[in-house]
Amino acid sequence: MKLSKIQRSYLYNALAVVAVFVVLYVLQLTGLIGRYYQGILLTLLINIVLTVSLNLATGFLGQLTLGHAGFVSVGAYTAALISLRSGLPEAVAFPIALVSGGVVAAVFGIMIGIPALRLRGDYLAIITLGFGEIIRVVILNLKFTGGASGLNGIPIMTNFPYAYSIAVLTITVMFLLIRSRHGRAIISIREDEIAAESSGINTTYYKLLAFTIAAFFAGVAGGLQAHMLFVIDANKFGFIYSVDIMVMVVLGGMGSITGSILAASILTILPELLRDLAQYRMLIYSILLIVLMLYRPSGLLGRHELSQKILGQWAGRLGGKKRTPSSPDTPEA
Amino acid sequence: MTFLTYFLNGLQAGSIYALIALGYTMVYGIVKLINFAHGDVMMVGAYVALFSLTTFNLPLWATVLVTMVFTAVLGVVIERFAYKPLRKSARISALITAIGVSLLLQNLVMLVFSPNPLPFPDPLQAAPVFEIGGLKVSTLTIGTIVAAFILMAILTLFITKTRMGKAMRAVSEDTGAAILMGINVNTTISVTFAIGSALASFAAILYVLAYPQIQPYMGSMPGLKAFVAAVLGGIGIIPGAMVGGMVLGIAESLTKGYISSQFSDAVVFGILILVLLFKPSGLFGRNVREKV
Repeated sequence: MKLSKIQRSYLYNALAVVAVFVVLYVLQLTGLIGRYYQGILLTLLINIVLTVSLNLATGFLGQLTLGHAGFVSVGAYTAALISLRSGLPEAVAFPIALVSGGVVAAVFGIMIGIPALRLRGDYLAIITLGFGEIIRVVILNLKFTGGASGLNGIPIMTNFPYAYSIAVLTITVMFLLIRSRHGRAIISIREDEIAAESSGINTTYYKLLAFTIAAFFAGVAGGLQAHMLFVIDANKFGFIYSVDIMVMVVLGGMGSITGSILAASILTILPELLRDLAQYRMLIYSILLIVLMLYRPSGLLGRHELSQKILGQWAGRLGGKKRTPSSPDTPEA
Repeated sequence: MTFLTYFLNGLQAGSIYALIALGYTMVYGIVKLINFAHGDVMMVGAYVALFSLTTFNLPLWATVLVTMVFTAVLGVVIERFAYKPLRKSARISALITAIGVSLLLQNLVMLVFSPNPLPFPDPLQAAPVFEIGGLKVSTLTIGTIVAAFILMAILTLFITKTRMGKAMRAVSEDTGAAILMGINVNTTISVTFAIGSALASFAAILYVLAYPQIQPYMGSMPGLKAFVAAVLGGIGIIPGAMVGGMVLGIAESLTKGYISSQFSDAVVFGILILVLLFKPSGLFGRNVREKV
């Protein structure tokens, strides 16, 4: 009985995913969603991949990392170089480029993670920041990455079906991972590393696992971005970019995948709506960060996930009491 | 001879890093927070100094004074409104807030004064260049090194000899016990932020005298490097920050001189990574075991 309930919910989710895809795709094909909005939609999907992946490291594993942009740039450069230099037809090279971007970023994740993850808290934040900056400086000074002028002429291959399926794939992998035995081990490290270790959890292994998976998806997102922008340059992927992604994770709630999706959507669409206020974007971001930390450090959704159940509760609460995004006694979706 | 020139340049840069690093280390020692906004407080100091020198035509000594007072107040205000409410919450929240404050300062300055770099006047233009055995040394280089050493000596005396200094050491050792001994922790923390910020703005003036251009992002790189210096010396340890700053400045200057100026940033972060890997507690630090 219980199993069928879960199966039913999987079925609903799958149907919803397909339905959203069909609706959005048809709207694009018929031109109801114009070129400009298509671009925003792609950025949004890429941001979702980035936010969800960083959330694994920061929200679920509980390790503040400030070098996520470094992995994005590694992925972007790898993917771009494969598309530009492999000589394969673009349509064949693109998926290979994306996967390689992810794999190379994951290798960097392992190489950086092994030393870095021995540190905790503030030190980890700083060392990842350091690695991110080193990646940027090295890319800027290497010959085959085009140096300071970056790479250009990357074929524009990122389209809605690709971006959408990668975003869905990322979210699915994250959900399954978090619900699994491995995921619980990862969460236990966030809750109390020493307790986790004394319960027999190989903390180094699980930290590295989470960190590497996060790096992999960041790399894939980098590849998508390279094939959307036509030109990439390492300065785009600096510390500020890492902070951008971090703001999305924090706003959505560290430890909530649906929160990440929500926040990535809000923070991608909002600046576009406020085009006239573009110069205030970072100002608004910074104030948002401070105010969030002071008054709602758990973000919009905290550690909860949006689900039909919670949506129902909200709807019920809307009429009556003050609306609170989540209450402590709400069971997870 | 070139080696000595690089060495002196390194010492000059190192003095600046050391002064900024002191702020990081003092704040970390007392509230266990990496004050990401510290480099930006320094940047604000540079802007204040610019306007004090040009718009108000104050002499250099008065500019130094005005700037230090202004940033000291700024540091206290930041602590009071952004960090104090989070003193008891998770460390990650305070760290993210600090990043927020840093971005806020940068973007406020950018909106008010435009993102374009502004030139900084050179009040030491007429100052003589000394020549010691064929080695040319500017007044600024000597002045920077001497001033930094004097300030550090005063700070050391303050920390070791005065009541407030004793209170600061007590709070950083054990806040709870310090409260029980009747130490006003809030005042102590405010004073720490004030001193740290004032030192950073002093460093800012030395910095812009050497590189006469200011812009809203100018604080991040020296800030990060000073942080590396603080970690190198052992974060929370005051003499460590001084030595760490000097070592870092010299290492950077030698890299620029003998290898490549583009890689000097990578070398600085490389040092950070090596230190964190092999001796995370820093050169002067002791290992503290975590107890359950």
